[in-house]
Amino acid sequence: MIEGAHWRRWVFFYVPVTGFVVALLFPFYWMVITTIRPDRELYRPWNSVNYNPFWTWAPTLEHIRDLLTTTLFSTWMLNTMIISLAATAISLFCGLLAGYALSRLKFPFAGSIGTGIFITYLVPQTLLFIPLSDIIRNFRLGDSPWALILTYPTFLIPFCTWLLMGYFKSIPKELEECARIDGAPRWKAMLYIIFPVAIPGILSAGIFAFTLSWNEFIYALVFLSSPEQKTVPVGVTSELVRGDVFFWGELMAGALLGSIPVAFVYSFFVEYYVSGITGSVKG
Amino acid sequence: MARVAMRSLNKNYDEVRAVIDVNLDIKDQEFVVLVGPSGCGKTTTLRMVAGLESITSGHISIDEKIVNELPPMDRDIAMVFQNYALYPHMSVYDNMAFGLKMRKFDKPEIAKRVQEAAEILGIEQLLHRKPRQLSGGQRQRVALGRAIVRHPQVFLFDEPLSNLDAKLRVQMRVELKKLHERLGTTAIYVTHDQVEAMTLGDRVVVMKDGLVQQVGDPMELYNEPANRFVAGFIGSPAMNFLNVRLSGENGSLWAESDGMKIKVPAPLAGGLGSHAGKDVTFGIRPEDLRIAGDGDDTDLTFPATVEVVERLGSEILLDVAVGRGTMVASVEPTATAKVHEGLHLAVNPNRVHFFDNDTEAAI
Repeated sequence: MIEGAHWRRWVFFYVPVTGFVVALLFPFYWMVITTIRPDRELYRPWNSVNYNPFWTWAPTLEHIRDLLTTTLFSTWMLNTMIISLAATAISLFCGLLAGYALSRLKFPFAGSIGTGIFITYLVPQTLLFIPLSDIIRNFRLGDSPWALILTYPTFLIPFCTWLLMGYFKSIPKELEECARIDGAPRWKAMLYIIFPVAIPGILSAGIFAFTLSWNEFIYALVFLSSPEQKTVPVGVTSELVRGDVFFWGELMAGALLGSIPVAFVYSFFVEYYVSGITGSVKG
Repeated sequence: MARVAMRSLNKNYDEVRAVIDVNLDIKDQEFVVLVGPSGCGKTTTLRMVAGLESITSGHISIDEKIVNELPPMDRDIAMVFQNYALYPHMSVYDNMAFGLKMRKFDKPEIAKRVQEAAEILGIEQLLHRKPRQLSGGQRQRVALGRAIVRHPQVFLFDEPLSNLDAKLRVQMRVELKKLHERLGTTAIYVTHDQVEAMTLGDRVVVMKDGLVQQVGDPMELYNEPANRFVAGFIGSPAMNFLNVRLSGENGSLWAESDGMKIKVPAPLAGGLGSHAGKDVTFGIRPEDLRIAGDGDDTDLTFPATVEVVERLGSEILLDVAVGRGTMVASVEPTATAKVHEGLHLAVNPNRVHFFDNDTEAAI
């Protein structure tokens, strides 16, 4: 019986988990190995004698050095950071207030407004960038960080509002009622009771919003044109692919360095993040 | 400390009338319990007093001041919720101090009051813990502590004991009673448990479908229920009801049904005279039935067949068949009744009830 259980656990748990882990981590491994592989190995034909795509005996940091010295990568990182943080802050602020109002205040059409916000989230960005680029031009915001800081909230606010609305609904309303009896006006009850209790939800909304902004591609591609204004995803792909020449080493180095902040944010808040998604408030 | 008065209080939710024309005067220092089945409007009434629910019509006054438009914070009340509603991110101390901080008390005064309340409730050693590190009973105490530190005019309790296990509930019930005697603050307490209502309340308000059925002290409700609902709701096991026909015979009034015929006791016969020839509901509490002996007046006994014997130690509950109906009798623990056995039950003539079949009101 114990033997049988052992056997089952391998077949139904360890083997599939290993498969998933390998499949999920392989792109990252590929990114790393391509970054540190010297050019002479990268551009070697697949049928050459010592062709070995999965390993290198001559690791090098020259691609990273090139990326940091010959391109505007550090500027792109800074741009992306500023834009992502600003867009996240704006979206979180609006999402908090809207999510709270939709989940707690009784006002006419609250339900339909909530649905309406959700529908705006469903409009694809590939459609929305066309009217938005007109607006950006009319406000003369093109080729500046504001073009993105103000357009990212168009999809981040609905997202944050919905996530936070769901989270607020999971917080017992008695907490707030008790605070109001205790002498707190509604805004104080919000600030001192509801928001602290909702921290896991707020953090997950923030992490998601930050990641979405950090990886956003199409608005950044359309609204920014000069190299020094670009964000990491656009900068790396537009400046390191020249015609049909791919600077694979630098490209992968850019991708690797560009994913570090996101990975850092995730690993730091992973516990909050999980409880924010599963939405559990225990009294 | 204050009086609370409700005048023609109504609450409608769209088409549903949750609370209908409630009139209630609660005296200073009184402990009033609102009791009734779920959906009877008791919690809605309490929440209107708290200011958490708007009032459709009528008014509520606390300490002679009409509070209809006052926000909860300005009513000088404290409320204990069923799920305790402790702030999960704050320590016990901060939970209790929150209301005082919001009201801008200075720090030494806050510390003094929290300490005082913690001593009363025996939770001094828990002040630095978070709510999730506490047991159900401890959380309950913290919730009480949070209410008493503010020295409010009125305490509101919304089924505070229903999340506790049976043993702890009895213990906390006693403590609540002691606490009220010590503080003397006017209290309104909502529960669906008639035992809690009877043991805690100076007066009990029985509600059903938004209407007040009866207001009175516990023994009054038990001895003189105003209608069939109150009679069945108060007391455990519940009162037995049997449909009977009243008829005049040999100068006295008789209540007769299939398998049972007893003489209506003289003091009741006067009021019942006008119902002669009609069907009414006969009610008798299980504890007012006993196994008849040879000396009993046969006018007050009837035959029954034992169906189930429940031995509770201090008493025996007999489920018996009477004609086509069933009744429960609570008899001496020494009784030797057996299942399927036929016996005669005697009613206590001073404790029979009759209810009108149409209005359900006591006759």
